[in-house]
Amino acid sequence: MAHDTTTADAHAEHEHHELPTVFGFWVYLMTDCIIFGSLFAVFAVLHNQFDGGPTGKELFEISGLALETALLLISSITYGFGMIAAHKGEVKSVMMWLAVTFFLGLGFVFLEVKEFAHMIAEGAGPDRSAFLSAFFTLVSTHGLHVSCGLIWIVTLIVQLAGTTAIPERMMNKLTMLSLFWHFLDIVWICVFTYVYLASMI
Amino acid sequence: MSTDHSAHSESGHGGAGAYAIGFVLAVILTAASFMIVMGHSLSPSGTLMAISVLAAIQVVVHLIFFLHMNTTAEAKWNNNVFLFTLMFVAIFIVGTLFIMDNTAAHMMSR
Repeated sequence: MAHDTTTADAHAEHEHHELPTVFGFWVYLMTDCIIFGSLFAVFAVLHNQFDGGPTGKELFEISGLALETALLLISSITYGFGMIAAHKGEVKSVMMWLAVTFFLGLGFVFLEVKEFAHMIAEGAGPDRSAFLSAFFTLVSTHGLHVSCGLIWIVTLIVQLAGTTAIPERMMNKLTMLSLFWHFLDIVWICVFTYVYLASMI
Repeated sequence: MSTDHSAHSESGHGGAGAYAIGFVLAVILTAASFMIVMGHSLSPSGTLMAISVLAAIQVVVHLIFFLHMNTTAEAKWNNNVFLFTLMFVAIFIVGTLFIMDNTAAHMMSR
């Protein structure tokens, strides 16, 4: 690279230009949005097909849902703090915020797996009714995305370890994971509103 | 748009302020949704309407403050792809519900 990007100013100036890799990742997220859209459509069609089995009102607990939602929401802002640190080139701080985000996300996945295991043990598994099939497919697809995000966070922490500056390539990776992580939070807004809260009315 | 350089860089990068505003708004909107459902003060259809509006507002808040969507010329293609996806998803969700509802009504399966 001909110009120097080590100073914070030059770096900020550089970040101004939309990078093709980030745009490509944005397009991927939009296709992911279509996957979730179709799963929401399936859930909307099947949400009353209980087949004599348990309903959402009987299965869902608002306290567990509130805790899951809080973990994901807080992990969004901790990742945001990580991005702010990345723009300042503070590698240690970025790694710390990524680790905090990782544990919040891990807590979310743990609670979700616990909830699923509890439901399956009660006989309310995905094979019980069309409603539960649609529920498990939609919510676990989101949970799987969060799990992939966790692997990605660990990967970036390992890549950052021992480095002292954040080159443009690493900044791109952090920006794309930021988009991914915040996108999953948006999907979760729709999940807790239309899957959980709407069933508890 | 190019004259407003500082505002652009602020929204594009998302400073601590932008994240804090977004986070506070998100917490308020989420808490409002939960309280409306737990309070049982509205009718069922009214509750659904209220939490739908709150969810829609929160999605916009996240898009602006966390995903840093903006209306600068640079973000034009991001926005184009986003709007196309939004239209596509809206058509097939509304279309699916319309067709499946109609089918269920005709087959008297409800």
